Amino acid sequence: MSTEAQIVSDEIQNTASEAPVAAPETKSMSIIVTKGSLDWAYPPFILATTAAAMGLPVTMFFTFYGLPLLLKDLNLKLTAAGNPAMKMPMMGMHMGLPNLLTAIPGVDAACSTMMKNLMNKKGVASIEDLRELAIEADVRMIACQMTMDLFEYSLDDMIEGPELGGAATYIECATQSDINLFI
Amino acid sequence: MSEHILDAKGLNCPLPILKARKALKDVPSGETLEILATDPGAVADFQAFCRQTGNELVEHSEEDSVYRFLIKHTAA
Repeated sequence: MSTEAQIVSDEIQNTASEAPVAAPETKSMSIIVTKGSLDWAYPPFILATTAAAMGLPVTMFFTFYGLPLLLKDLNLKLTAAGNPAMKMPMMGMHMGLPNLLTAIPGVDAACSTMMKNLMNKKGVASIEDLRELAIEADVRMIACQMTMDLFEYSLDDMIEGPELGGAATYIECATQSDINLFI
Repeated sequence: MSEHILDAKGLNCPLPILKARKALKDVPSGETLEILATDPGAVADFQAFCRQTGNELVEHSEEDSVYRFLIKHTAA
């Protein structure tokens, strides 16, 4: 190693040893929210609020059927159609619903009400509550501009807080996040 | 016994953690928050919460299906 290179090397080492001890690294998280049914609304809001409570900066990007989760009034529903895993505890057993029955008017609404009652009974937060907690915890929310145009929503329809953005806005956020989820 | 107490009994994931986070904000650094919960998942979750946030889980116990956590507010 030449003398000059040695000096540079020493300087680098000195700089490294004199650098202040870094604070524990803050991780960050982003979530793409693509689904707006009652059941699928839970994972993104549960993870966003919990990560924020654990000190992570969190960004939620609401696109396609996830976008209506930002509407002022939520009336979330679910369907048992195509979901053989959806079995509710009833009369001492777990009961599912054949696909054919889910086509009967009122069945999905009844299932949704049953699920909300069950959640309430078990102390599970409502999506409205989790969303409020997410806003309180400064979770950044981005409403997909393209979906707003596609489904003809305006910011007036939405709760206070979300900003508008597109794919590039999300990608920039994702490159700076340690955890990126698509739900 | 801590003078700061959070009753999270009957609440399910992630509410005990979210409420604890809020309650900790009003606990001066160095003091402890006592949390009561019935969610069995809270046992693993409060351990993870404390590891991640840098707060100290001083002790946790269970009696008659009620979990008791004592968290010392040590994080910045």
